[in-house]
Amino acid sequence: MLKINNLHAKVEGNEILHGINLEINPGEIHAIMGPNGSGKSTLASVLAGKNEYEVTEGSVTFEGKNIFEMEPEIRSREGIFLAFQYPIEIPGVSNANFLRTAVNEHRKHKGMEPMEAGDFLKLMRERAKLVKIDPKFFSRAVNEGFSGGEKKRNEIFQMAMLEPKLSILDETDSGLDIDALRIVSDGVNALRNENNSFLVITHYQRLLNYIVPDFVHVLYNGQIVKSGTKDLALELEERGYDWIKEEFKTI
Amino acid sequence: MTENDKIIDNLTQGEYKYGFTTNIEQEFSPLGLNEDVIRFISEKKNEPQFMLDFRLKAYRYWLKMKEPAWQKVHYPPIDYQNIYYYAAPKNKSKPKSLEEIDPEIRETYKKLGIPLEEQKLLAGIAVDAIMDSVSVATTFKEKLNEVGIIFCPISEAIIDYPELVEKYLGSVVPYTDNYFAALNSAVFSDGSFVYIPKGVRSPMELSTYFRINASQTGQFERTLIVAEEGAYVSYLEGCTAPMRDENQLHAAIVELYAHKDASIKYSTVQNWYPGDKQGKGGIYNFVTKRGLCEGENSKISWTQVETGSAITWKYPSCILKGKNSVGEFYSVAMTNNYQQADTGTKMTHIGEGTRSRIVSKGISAGKSDNSYRGLVRINKKAENSRNYTQCDSLLIGSECGAHTFPYIEVENNTAVVEHEATTSKISDDSIFYLNQRGISTEDAVGMIVNGYAREVIMQLPMEFAVEAQKLLAISLEGSVG
Repeated sequence: MLKINNLHAKVEGNEILHGINLEINPGEIHAIMGPNGSGKSTLASVLAGKNEYEVTEGSVTFEGKNIFEMEPEIRSREGIFLAFQYPIEIPGVSNANFLRTAVNEHRKHKGMEPMEAGDFLKLMRERAKLVKIDPKFFSRAVNEGFSGGEKKRNEIFQMAMLEPKLSILDETDSGLDIDALRIVSDGVNALRNENNSFLVITHYQRLLNYIVPDFVHVLYNGQIVKSGTKDLALELEERGYDWIKEEFKTI
Repeated sequence: MTENDKIIDNLTQGEYKYGFTTNIEQEFSPLGLNEDVIRFISEKKNEPQFMLDFRLKAYRYWLKMKEPAWQKVHYPPIDYQNIYYYAAPKNKSKPKSLEEIDPEIRETYKKLGIPLEEQKLLAGIAVDAIMDSVSVATTFKEKLNEVGIIFCPISEAIIDYPELVEKYLGSVVPYTDNYFAALNSAVFSDGSFVYIPKGVRSPMELSTYFRINASQTGQFERTLIVAEEGAYVSYLEGCTAPMRDENQLHAAIVELYAHKDASIKYSTVQNWYPGDKQGKGGIYNFVTKRGLCEGENSKISWTQVETGSAITWKYPSCILKGKNSVGEFYSVAMTNNYQQADTGTKMTHIGEGTRSRIVSKGISAGKSDNSYRGLVRINKKAENSRNYTQCDSLLIGSECGAHTFPYIEVENNTAVVEHEATTSKISDDSIFYLNQRGISTEDAVGMIVNGYAREVIMQLPMEFAVEAQKLLAISLEGSVG
């Protein structure tokens, strides 16, 4: 589904990613861990197509298509979803209006008719249950006045509405208390199936108790320096990142 | 130029949709302005003597006045002798029914989306259509007459209801008020007149549609709305003009008069031709709008969505004289390319317990300049009066300007006056967030701007609200990044 080959990227003139290689197949959950400043969020932003990141080398294909030839909105419509670390507030625009526009853009991209208002409302109610979102949220402005936890839940709700093939969760667990963490994880697990994939970026092993990954990768200094199973996450939890830093300080 | 600036640029370069001209035979007054031209206008309209006297007094006063220069807009001097002050579609006799209207004129209004055939009108809106200086059609007149509402061109009202016109004309905006008010009082040719009798709620929205067609003319309409005790009316005003290289002057007066317990809601969607992308041409929209809350518990509410005109210069205001009367001003003013806007409101609190609320949302894009100018005045006797002002500016791109000039004068220490102001930019992060959900940059900007203006747009009647949302998105074309 996603193939990253020798990806180099820089922001404001500094190279952050120094050759990432990663392949994600349908149905897989990959976790990326690593210390602060290792390039985790940069990787997420590059995949989603954020403007200020410049790709200098390498390639990324999504279902065989070069994603660097697609605008961010096209990548979204093709099925790449980014759950933001810091979701943005859009004052005056209701969640319902925003989601309806987004869902219909996705449908148009697939050659489908826009959704009837009634059907759309039904779908919203159904998906809102997954992340325990009160329907009162629908008429509230996107993320405006939401708590940190509500914002993260809203990200997973949007994901549930758009049904992406690849979901990138950028530190979705940061700032969540244990109950919110469980709600968010339950939502992700409910959406998981053999056709879609997840790339879960996190600092902590804790999240991976709830969203169990097939593979764990350690990102350090802009490269994936170690890959393993979920046991690798447990090892990192126990030993910290210092031994990784020690081992790869030549990079 | 960043990628986003380019997109904003493309977005704001949308074309003006209403720039066509109608080919009809027109009748003009002689070029320029003097007492003979005023007599010509008055005679054309078969006006009674009091009107001619009113006009001449205003004209003589105007001659002694100087054009004001305190506003933050710039334009070359206007040559008042190079304007036609009267232009009217030539028609041998006045059309007796809607069917008799010149087909070219009907076609014009059809293109503008304003059908004049009553049965095709949106349910619940009566329209008075005005082209250049005269009213060409008023719909639903009879139905309104049944409940005693008068809704007709002011030229007709002058002849049919002279006592009402004489009593109220100039009672809220005297001809001595300002330079353009004096000019309008001297030469106004048409506009709408609305009279709602005691205790009557208008059963439908009343609407006037203004269209400038002839070139080198000024449009000087006069609107007068009187609501008697306990009456209610919601009134809408829309406007467009052809695209022309020259600048055209539009200097209207709107007067609202609310008696005890009466309520007047006045909404404007202003979309005069704004000039081209280089700033050539466009309408100078220099308008005086004022409402008087004369009676106890009366209420006047102004809502405006301003996207057109090369220069907009106006301050719809309320004089809160009646005890516990209420004034409101909701405004979205959007400027793009080389447009300039200096707009806001004046709330003058005279009576006890009077309240006013101001919500102003400025949006600037391109190389435009957008100013909010507002005065809240609490007079000595206005015990326990309140004002709340919220004044926001949104900047799109990096070459536009936004300015705020709030004036507050309080002479009574029981008053509570609040003022909040913000300035923001559409951030790349907001756009990227919407992009990431599959929404294009153009649509994202339209969405953000409409969200920003929502509080004001929600004040508009439904049909106008939808129209206004589209208009904001179109006017932004080529501007967002």
